[in-house]
Amino acid sequence: MKSLRNFLNRIKPNFEPGGKLHAFHSVFDGFETFLFTPNTTSTSGVNIHDSIDSKRVMIIVVLALMPCLLFGMYNVGYQHWLAIGETDFPFWQLMAYGFLAMLPRIIVSYAVGLGIEFMVAQWRKEEIQEGFLVSGMLIPLICPIETPLWMIAVATAFSVIFVKEVFGGTGYNIFNVALVTRAVLFFGYPSKMSGDNVFVPVNPICGLGNGTPVDGFSGATPLGQIATNVGDTLKITNVVGQDISSWDMFLGLIPGSVGETSTLCILIGAAILLLTGIASWRIILSVFVGGFVMAAIANAFATPTYPVSLLSPVDQLMLGGFAFAAVFMATDPVTAARTDTGKYIYGFFLGAIAILIRTYNNGYPEGAMLAVLLMNSLAPAIDYFVVQSNIRRRMRRLNANAE
Amino acid sequence: MAKIVTLKKGLDIKIRGAAADAAPITVKPATCAIVPDDYSGIVPKVDVKEGDSVEVGSKLFHDKQFTDIVVTSPIAGTVTGVIRGERRKLERIVITPAEDAGNSITFETEGINDRTRAQQLLLDSGLWALLRQRPYNIVPAPGAAPRDIFITGFDSAPLAPDFESMLSPRINELNKAVKLLQKLTDGKIYLGIRQGSCLASVEGVEHVVFEGPHPAGNAGVQICNVKPVNKGDIVWTLDATTLLRIGKLLSTGRLDTDTLVAVTGCEVTTPRYVITKIGADLASILKGNVNDDAIHHRIISGNVLTGTHESPEGYLRYPYYQVTVIAEGDDFHEFMGWASLSPRKMSFSHSFPGHFLNKLFCPDARLQGGRRAMIMSGIYEKVMPMDIMPEYLIKAIISRNIDRMEQLGIYEVAPEDFALCEYVDPSKLELQKIVQEGLDYLRKELS
Repeated sequence: MKSLRNFLNRIKPNFEPGGKLHAFHSVFDGFETFLFTPNTTSTSGVNIHDSIDSKRVMIIVVLALMPCLLFGMYNVGYQHWLAIGETDFPFWQLMAYGFLAMLPRIIVSYAVGLGIEFMVAQWRKEEIQEGFLVSGMLIPLICPIETPLWMIAVATAFSVIFVKEVFGGTGYNIFNVALVTRAVLFFGYPSKMSGDNVFVPVNPICGLGNGTPVDGFSGATPLGQIATNVGDTLKITNVVGQDISSWDMFLGLIPGSVGETSTLCILIGAAILLLTGIASWRIILSVFVGGFVMAAIANAFATPTYPVSLLSPVDQLMLGGFAFAAVFMATDPVTAARTDTGKYIYGFFLGAIAILIRTYNNGYPEGAMLAVLLMNSLAPAIDYFVVQSNIRRRMRRLNANAE
Repeated sequence: MAKIVTLKKGLDIKIRGAAADAAPITVKPATCAIVPDDYSGIVPKVDVKEGDSVEVGSKLFHDKQFTDIVVTSPIAGTVTGVIRGERRKLERIVITPAEDAGNSITFETEGINDRTRAQQLLLDSGLWALLRQRPYNIVPAPGAAPRDIFITGFDSAPLAPDFESMLSPRINELNKAVKLLQKLTDGKIYLGIRQGSCLASVEGVEHVVFEGPHPAGNAGVQICNVKPVNKGDIVWTLDATTLLRIGKLLSTGRLDTDTLVAVTGCEVTTPRYVITKIGADLASILKGNVNDDAIHHRIISGNVLTGTHESPEGYLRYPYYQVTVIAEGDDFHEFMGWASLSPRKMSFSHSFPGHFLNKLFCPDARLQGGRRAMIMSGIYEKVMPMDIMPEYLIKAIISRNIDRMEQLGIYEVAPEDFALCEYVDPSKLELQKIVQEGLDYLRKELS
């Protein structure tokens, strides 16, 4: 570590004002603070600071996403193997296939997003902010595996620039950057974001998974199948037409966007976020409560006109992006409600609206994305009323005093 | 039966180096200095020049607007420095003690039976300048009577001194002081104490027992949980040591400037109590008692949360009864500290193993991260036991929105109330500075 430190000390003058590489000052600073905790000490106020900083906060969220990412890779391979009619599933080959499918997506997302962050930081003469570490991991996890790379690049760039940087960077954005990326993809390239052919890769990668899809193959997600369901009973099948059980849904061995299929892994991620106190338990809890209540209401008035309403409330919470949104999207502290009371309201409505959209709009089988974006826009209004109640209490006290 | 207020929010920071309970040793300061910045709200006009000899209680400077407010000398001796900084701002007045540093002016304490005389005695002796008023946390203006007076009977800050053994033999004097304070207000006098404190036997006050972690001892927290300050209200605050000084003045007619100081912190060899004078030089207090290691030290006059960073030639500042020495940390390079699982890392966050360990820590003065925009929510609230929405108040202050600041309760807070918020903040924002600037701005705009 000593030699690394000495190396940094030696090259540091190049990046300082007047140095040859001053144009890359923010980048150098970003790497230096990544490698070594900055040793600037406090000049005002408190003389000691808590060990936590925004790097650690962001890294813990990335860590919490790892179970979803790893399982997502496995599942990408699994769905492919299933599609080509294999009956045995060699673990490492499946993992390797999924890894090779995911790697370019992760690289593109980080390269585009961090590249823009670095440039903007340099231009504003600020330190590089860590927010995109999380967004960059979320983006490949919430997109279908077959999304073309250039689309991911375009949508990520649009989202980082127009949703985050124009508002002032991390901490000032109104909408969740990763979800706007997905929304841009969804509305810009709808044919690549839904349907039967985007969630399950059918081509071999680097010689892995050779084979052609079996007859009757359909890569539709369970929610996609339900949306076109006819009759009083639901029939959900996997890509080769076998029935899917609730247990499969919980484990996540179903088609869907990479990170969102496994409720189990999402719950592991939630446990990491809650034990470390990084995510708000108020939001996560109330999203699930809101979703459950709405799903129960829909189920109580189940009708074949809206086939999603035939699902049991528990299945509703396990399918699609609901759980993933509850744990990783709704809890984004910047775009969520910031007051404690506000978080309950925000989460409840988010959960309820996600199920509402998904159930009563047959053309649109997933509601979580739009629900989060809608609630992002309403979060300041919710906080406004909570803050107003604090103000009213103070005014009442003042008036009571005056009498 | 005293009212009991149990505070759940807050944080007791566990730092090594608490002063041992042994009898305090007496330290004779080499010099003493009074720093006008410690008397917030005063614009100083100097009354002495270099070479003047002063006694205990002699006027050093007075306020430009309220000329009756004076700050007096803690020792008898010679003024050896009237130090000015940029734009001739008075930075400090330094006094070198004479052979007999106890020579004191005697104040007339008989027949103090009305408000004007009581005020005048406090003003003349310089004790007035030790009082604070909410709003703004400044030295109160003479004349007006406060709604109530709040006395903080204990200090809950990290490694704070315990005054019980100093106060317990002095209940008579404290009672006298309370009688004087009663003349100054038509309202009540509240005394915030810990359960089992000797101050429970002080008469003439309304006792309130506070249970819970720091900042339970802060005046702002106590006021907010007993009878909050509304717009237009003025309350005064003082600590138990100041109350004792008033009592001793009434008993003896002389200003008592002895002060009990806890010398604390990881880098102090023998953490202990010393008795010295107000404004004593830190070199005398710390002589031979700072670890002789190769690392940089940070000497703090006060506690780690609100105290001021002083040079080794610095002085004991008001309102602190504590000197803390910790590692500075600027000579230390920590590899990927954000990923550390070391149990030595001190944190309020559950993401560090140290949080769950019942041990004492040795933090240094590093920010431990970069300054960022406000990202995480709901963290300040966890350490703020007041009916205040800290994040929104801070935002109102930053945007200089006076109406909003008033609505969100700026009159109830002092910078020290935000010290824990600043400590736990992952974005490392300078909250105490922001609050202080907000209060200054408000006072300027509304006067």
